[in-house]
Amino acid sequence: MAKLILNRLSKTFDLGGRAAVNDVSLTVREGGFLALLGPSGCGKTTVLRMIAGFEQPSDGSILLGERVLADASEMVGPEHRNMAMVFQSYALWPHMSVAENVGYPLKVRGISGEKRERKVREALAAVHLETHADRRPADLSGGQRQRVALARCLVTEPDVVLLDEPLANLDRHLRQEMEETFREFHARSGATMIYVTHDQAEAMALATDVAVMSEGKLLQVATPEEIYARPEGRLVGGLVGQGAILSLPSPIGDKRLLDWPVVQGILGNRQEGPRTDILVRPQDVEIAAEGAAVTVLSVLFEGERYALRLALPDGQTLRAFSRHPVKVGDRLAIVIRSAWRL
Amino acid sequence: MTRPQNRGNSQPRWLFPFVVTVIFCLSVLPLGRLAATGIMSAFRGGASELLSDPGLWRSVYDTLSTSFFGMIAAVLLGGGFALLLTLFDIRGKALLGFLFMLPTMIPPQVTALSWIGMTGPSSALLKAIGLAPPLGSPQPLYSIGGIALLYGVQNAALVYLSLRAGLLALPRDAVEAARLSGASSFQVLKDVILPLSLPGFAAGAAIAFVSCVGNFGIPAILGIPAGIYTLPTLIYSKFAAFGPRTFADISVLSGLIAILSVIGLMVEARVLRGRDYRVIGLSGQVAVFRLGAWRWLAELLLWLTIFLILAMPLIALVASSLAPAYGVPLSPATVTIKAYEEILVRQAATRIAFTNSLSLSLATAFGLLVVTVLTGYFLVRSKSRFVGVISALAEIPYALPGIVLAVAFILLFAAPIPVIGISIYGTIWIILIAYFSSFFAVSLKPVVSAFRQLDPSLEEAARLSGAGFTRRLADILVPLVAPAAGASVILVFLIACNELTVSALLWSAGTQTLGVLIYNLDDSGSFNIAAALSVLVVIMVIAMMVALELMAKRLPKGVVPWRS
Repeated sequence: MAKLILNRLSKTFDLGGRAAVNDVSLTVREGGFLALLGPSGCGKTTVLRMIAGFEQPSDGSILLGERVLADASEMVGPEHRNMAMVFQSYALWPHMSVAENVGYPLKVRGISGEKRERKVREALAAVHLETHADRRPADLSGGQRQRVALARCLVTEPDVVLLDEPLANLDRHLRQEMEETFREFHARSGATMIYVTHDQAEAMALATDVAVMSEGKLLQVATPEEIYARPEGRLVGGLVGQGAILSLPSPIGDKRLLDWPVVQGILGNRQEGPRTDILVRPQDVEIAAEGAAVTVLSVLFEGERYALRLALPDGQTLRAFSRHPVKVGDRLAIVIRSAWRL
Repeated sequence: MTRPQNRGNSQPRWLFPFVVTVIFCLSVLPLGRLAATGIMSAFRGGASELLSDPGLWRSVYDTLSTSFFGMIAAVLLGGGFALLLTLFDIRGKALLGFLFMLPTMIPPQVTALSWIGMTGPSSALLKAIGLAPPLGSPQPLYSIGGIALLYGVQNAALVYLSLRAGLLALPRDAVEAARLSGASSFQVLKDVILPLSLPGFAAGAAIAFVSCVGNFGIPAILGIPAGIYTLPTLIYSKFAAFGPRTFADISVLSGLIAILSVIGLMVEARVLRGRDYRVIGLSGQVAVFRLGAWRWLAELLLWLTIFLILAMPLIALVASSLAPAYGVPLSPATVTIKAYEEILVRQAATRIAFTNSLSLSLATAFGLLVVTVLTGYFLVRSKSRFVGVISALAEIPYALPGIVLAVAFILLFAAPIPVIGISIYGTIWIILIAYFSSFFAVSLKPVVSAFRQLDPSLEEAARLSGAGFTRRLADILVPLVAPAAGASVILVFLIACNELTVSALLWSAGTQTLGVLIYNLDDSGSFNIAAALSVLVVIMVIAMMVALELMAKRLPKGVVPWRS
């Protein structure tokens, strides 16, 4: 096993058209779990399909360790990459039983008899489906099908496992269960995993690294904690977490983490001048006796708390939580404990 | 490590050249040869003699008039059935629809024979019930009107299918919106449904017209005795009276048929092009109108029509086959199964024809399947610019009347094949190749719709599992398209087995097919034996259609042509 390197990868589908993937460079460390996060149409699935070998890059290259998998002139077919993939639609072969589905990669590799049976049994045990070996995929539930697809990845000990929005077709309850299965799978197999999703909560919960993409470009790669605490730019700030982005006069100095006195200063600054995007997370907004004046725009009861949308005097909105009920139109005062300059 | 390949797509390198070669051999080569001969003889002035022959223009006129009236009859029958069965609460729709499809699948020469058995002074059936017209009175079907009527019966299902597809695609909310605007059922029908279904009517009429122009079996049996020659039967008679100018003449004649057909097909394509708005909104289920007290009358009308166009002729056919000789009244005393004994036990010709037709059809059905699975895969998966051209070229031979194709293959193989120097003209191989060309589209369509429905990730998962193309084909793709492939085999077998038009020109001693044999038997006056053979053919057709009907639930949409 070795690290996977994407080197200035680009893909254009129609000659002269817009690039679906534009100059993406990325290194996934061996055994890492990378989430490719972005809105639909951002090019993340194209990146995944290039790694798998279903698409050829228009420019740049893909390397696994020293071995060049693909560049604009040559590529190794998916058949010869020793990778595995979990598809959004599961891609189980309906004419084969569960055990046959899982054992197919071994069959193709010429492994048969007792050895194949044992490996299939182990893989099915890992996803808790030993008792379903003889069923047909059609007789399984969505979550079970996804686990069969995962077992099929497990069985050949692939170098890289690719997951294409694997939870998109499952309900919320099953998602949590499957997230747990994926984590277990990653810990057990030690394979490098790449996970495509548009759901930031999923990406944060699972991955060791998150890569955020938008319009074919890679915006930021970092650990989930880092990307939450220190997002780069407006797009990442808007995509990760539930923060509000305010456009305010630039504070003096180059500090990015701003505390209340600094925020209070720039909130009160009426002068024309250069402005900056400031990310404010709702949990950092505190309702206090004194502070900046806001008007309540909407109130949503979430059970454990109320989620508020507040308007600053200049009309910009931000989000906050409250333990106590408030009414639309109420005037409150808030303190912003911390904010992040994007 | 394996040698890197230079392609991102899933197809092996040889697939594109293979598909191009197949299309070239089955479509471009024969039709190109036909066009070349036609154009050459036109330039050499040989055609002017033919074109100044009043017999030719008489035949063009007869072709157009029979086809036009045939189209009208088909539109009336097929349109009526489609509207009643699709829009109203008629009971037994599935059975009525199935029975209405049968006349299309029954070979035209059998249809003609059965109708002859039902009318005229020698009808065994009419004699048995004492209604036969006096001897010497003319057979009413030996006329332009008779030919047109049978064209209508034979092709009504084409209009039915086209119109029904259009009606089923009508967005239900359009009807519901009209209802909510206060329109009565009748107004909805008049103002919304009928205008929206006009393209279906027009397209169905156009295909029916093309099918009439190319029909050989009906005018051969009904027209030739009365001296009426349509273009296909004119080609046949010119070919039978073989002369030095035959090749030039028949290529010009089939060029005329091809032009008439292409005009019809263009009309169809044009009216259907505007139909794409249909997928907006909920479609697939048409609002059903209640007929109330009129329902039994509509049902009676439908069943009466089925009785007249299907049951009666078939009863007459059975009656003719049981009569001891043409013109002898059928009664318990005269009933005999001699004709069946004759074809099943005595005559070597029938055995040969059965063997020829069955082996040709089996070879065509299975041989084509191998080709169409690969071609279908290519057409669905390839991103090549040529996909549109290739699928159009694959469609043309089937869209053109069989007689045109037969002439093309005669021209192509009349001389020994260059390089290898073997002549297949007059052997069974020329019929086989012509069948491959003619039924390529029939075999391709179910396979293509199955590949279209296949989730591409099923194959991608196999690729990542390490399976190469051949392996994927055997383990994943073929098993998954197997039901459609089975339907494709049955369909091709059904059509090839009953085919007359192509083999009528290509057969020679020892290679006659069932279709040719039925025609020849009737031509030589053995009407009861021809009828008996036809009865067997009809039984075979019904059996295979029932088999397809039973498979239909497990097949992708559009595979079984009469289900929509």
